[in-house]
Amino acid sequence: MTTTQEEVLSKVREIVSPWKDKKGGLIPILQQAQHEFGYLPPEVVQAISDEMLIPLAEIYGVATFYAQFHLKPRGRHVVRVCRGTACHVRGSLKILEKLKETLHVTDNGTTEDLRFTLEPVACLGACGLAPVMTIDEQTFGRVRPEMLGDILGKFE
Amino acid sequence: MGLYRSHVLICGGTGCVSSGSLEVLEALKKGLAEKGMDKEILVVSTGCHGMCEMGPIVVVYPEGTFYCRVTAADVPELIEEHLYKGRVVERLIYKGEGKASDVPHYTEIPFYKKQHRIALRNCGYINPDSIDEYIARDGYAALVKALTEMTPEAVIEEVKTSGLRGRGGGGFPTGLKWSFCARSAGDKKYVICNADEGDPGAFMDRSLLEGDPHAVVEGMLLGAYAMGANEGYIYCRAEYPLAIKRLKRTIEQATEYGLLGEHILGTDFSFELHIKEGAGAFVCGEETALMASIEGRRGMPRPRPPFPANKGLWGKPSNINNVETWANVPSIIRNGGEWYAAMGTEKSKGTKVFALTGKVNHTGLVEVPMGTTIREIVFEIGGGILNGKKFKAVQIGGPSGGCLTKDHLDIPISYESLSQVGAIMGSGGLVVMDEDNCMVDVAKFFLEFTQAESCGKCPPCREGTKKMLDILTRICAGKGKPEDLEALEYLGTMIKETSLCGLGQTAPNPVLTTLRYFRDEYEAHINEKRCPAGACTELTRFIIDADKCIGCTKCARVCPADAITGAVKQPHVIDQDKCVKCGACAEACPVKAIDRR
Amino acid sequence: MPKIKTLDDLKKIKESTMDLTGARSQGKTRIIIGMGTCGIAAGARAVMEAVMAELSRRGLKDVSVETTGCIGMCQDEPLLDVIHGGESRITYGKVGPDDVPRIIAEHVVNGRVVEDKVIGRTD
Ligand SMILES: Cc1cc2nc3c(=O)[nH]c(=O)nc-3n(C[C@H](O)[C@H](O)[C@H](O)COP(=O)(O)O)c2cc1C
Ligand code: SF4
Ligand code: SF4
Ligand code: SF4
Ligand code: FES
Ligand code: FES
Ligand code: FES
Repeated sequence: MTTTQEEVLSKVREIVSPWKDKKGGLIPILQQAQHEFGYLPPEVVQAISDEMLIPLAEIYGVATFYAQFHLKPRGRHVVRVCRGTACHVRGSLKILEKLKETLHVTDNGTTEDLRFTLEPVACLGACGLAPVMTIDEQTFGRVRPEMLGDILGKFE
Repeated sequence: MGLYRSHVLICGGTGCVSSGSLEVLEALKKGLAEKGMDKEILVVSTGCHGMCEMGPIVVVYPEGTFYCRVTAADVPELIEEHLYKGRVVERLIYKGEGKASDVPHYTEIPFYKKQHRIALRNCGYINPDSIDEYIARDGYAALVKALTEMTPEAVIEEVKTSGLRGRGGGGFPTGLKWSFCARSAGDKKYVICNADEGDPGAFMDRSLLEGDPHAVVEGMLLGAYAMGANEGYIYCRAEYPLAIKRLKRTIEQATEYGLLGEHILGTDFSFELHIKEGAGAFVCGEETALMASIEGRRGMPRPRPPFPANKGLWGKPSNINNVETWANVPSIIRNGGEWYAAMGTEKSKGTKVFALTGKVNHTGLVEVPMGTTIREIVFEIGGGILNGKKFKAVQIGGPSGGCLTKDHLDIPISYESLSQVGAIMGSGGLVVMDEDNCMVDVAKFFLEFTQAESCGKCPPCREGTKKMLDILTRICAGKGKPEDLEALEYLGTMIKETSLCGLGQTAPNPVLTTLRYFRDEYEAHINEKRCPAGACTELTRFIIDADKCIGCTKCARVCPADAITGAVKQPHVIDQDKCVKCGACAEACPVKAIDRR
Repeated sequence: MPKIKTLDDLKKIKESTMDLTGARSQGKTRIIIGMGTCGIAAGARAVMEAVMAELSRRGLKDVSVETTGCIGMCQDEPLLDVIHGGESRITYGKVGPDDVPRIIAEHVVNGRVVEDKVIGRTD
């Protein structure tokens, strides 16, 4: 996906417009922008800064504080492995290790072909099904290492 | 609206959806329509029943038959046998420890029988997307009662009488907190619902928001009326997309009915409610950090005073409560504070929802009166330990909590009794561990979590937890020194005393309690370089029992490190220096000759 | 959608929805229809449809309609049982759709057992 400078600007304008005269808009704007662009590239952050008159440093301060925001491109599919307590005691570390091995990435890394990004996360709220992982919006429960090949295979 | 003879409730909570409940729902609707039974049988999608492990859950009324792990392929049989012929499909019946022959009513299942559901009373029983069903269960009756018959002061008095205390962890008396905010001068005030649910292993807030969102909204309305606020926020984790979707629908419906917005019920009381999505930082669950995050800043805690009741969101008086706290309020106003106070212990009133997880037979959400013992929860409701193993410990209260042992099983749970033994109620996470869980590893796990989530503002929390983690990592790798234990105790106590917010003040708890109750495990790691539970890989050794080995060579063939040698039909040996502890050999051995120690 | 202004508005919604959610608890009176193989063959479906029609015609609440499998009295099918309040379970045999209004009017509404159709009584 290549986006021209103008397209970036007009998208950003659209995203910030509901927040122009309101308080507390920065986080929702960043959430929306990331949703739109997949991550927060420098030109988008610059455009937000220009439009909202918020210093770049402040935006980067907020963006780096929250785990949700990404400043680098990410894979087409985001694989999240729950590292919450319930999942830990039911063996989620093995799942994570196996994924790292198969995908040749480290925590929060992205595969070279931009197919997957691997993220360990805190509880996904489905503890009853521990260990739990998600790929994009799909949740997989009671995962065993030997199931991973099939699961990953579903996502191109 | 026709009359339906039977209602089929399908769980549409996050857990069951991931186990395939949406396909079951589709299949049922289609199957019933094909048989022409869709006019007599109603299919309802509900919120979480709290038994996600057994999902997808299907309950058939009026009989109250509880089916579990239902798949779309089971649907034709369910329709033909149960819904058409009235014969229960035994194969899919929930089998606790009871016999399959007597099919218990939903409420008679041991998992539910001992529970007392107040906060969770509608979860899994109503369609959370239908405000009418909530009203049919006396929903919004408390709001009407408060606005038409009660002064704001009377509402606060009622909450005080109930003895309700904050369910978000601190346990501060809710009525008292409300009175501070009510007394605070100002024409603009805010009420906030803390739905950040950061404790990894707890999911009661998600379940409530998904299963009975109107109760949370009604609770907030009552609080806003009592304290004189006209605007509110629900701060919800972005990891809970379904909860956020349901909340949006809830707000729309309540607004259509005039229960949110201007001049509610034709009175002077107006209330506007917003949803804010969190951005993934555990520390944002702390109230001052949460408010900073709503304002669009980095979510760092700040010193109190000033308290939110005086200077909160955007400098205005604010009151923040947890999801479960809010959800209890409508029942209290409707039934009276005395009614609520009749349950529980002397100082901890009412009920509490626990998220029972880990190595128990039945995991799930459990709401019991305060004063119930841990034994009752783990063994009666939870059905005991998985695979008949031995109970070792229970971790209560998440990363700020502590690990308790079998000696604590008979403690009646209350805020006081738990803090006396070094744990806390916290959000109500209850993780059961068996003999295979290593307590040093568990302590390290929690510290890794808090260490990563420390916002970095105060040095003791930022640096101290890192030091402690280094020590624990060393111990788990078999490189611990005897003086490490004292260092851990010293650091832990120091961090507790000098940190600014609750994260730092409680982060050492899991380490300190395990040091107190499981010191021998630490000592085994340090002095004998041995992990008694066999969980710390770097300390585990795989050893072939020469008497059992039949020399089949299977293990040598699977070993990725070529660590196993031996001639055919002769006992094999593992070279410990080469072994990478993958465990493949032990799995491959047909005669179980390989021990993990 | 009309805005709610008073307790009465709320009660109205509550009552109309209770009709709907009523099936989620066992009613004060239970009607149980035998739906085993020979029950169905003898016309139990039609009996059940008649029960549903009669209940909604009369606007009766707090009555639950259940089905059950073979109870071993196949020669008397269709079978229909009524449990009124806490009283004992009355089994009616050879019930046809035409009998349904009478059983509902007499037994379900007024609590008087329709003696000529009774074939069994259990506690
Ligand atoms: C690090 C930290 C994390 C917290 N996380 C949560 C949370 O996820 N949910 C919550 O309700 N309270 C959380 N709290 C407690 C809140 O600060 C606050 O006490 C609570 O929301 C007040 O509501 P209550 O009185 O109804 O419990 C956290 C506190 C700290 C120090
Ligand atoms: S105790 Fe830790 S999390 Fe809390 S303010 Fe200090 S550094 Fe931040
Ligand atoms: S544990 Fe793994 S590396 Fe070690 S001997 Fe067995 S197969 Fe080889
Ligand atoms: S697999 Fe078991 S029996 Fe076979 S050689 Fe290895 S240890 Fe011996
Ligand atoms: S601990 Fe993994 S989903 Fe909660
Ligand atoms: S999501 Fe279905 S029981 Fe929890
Ligand atoms: S099938 Fe009806 S009694 Fe046997």
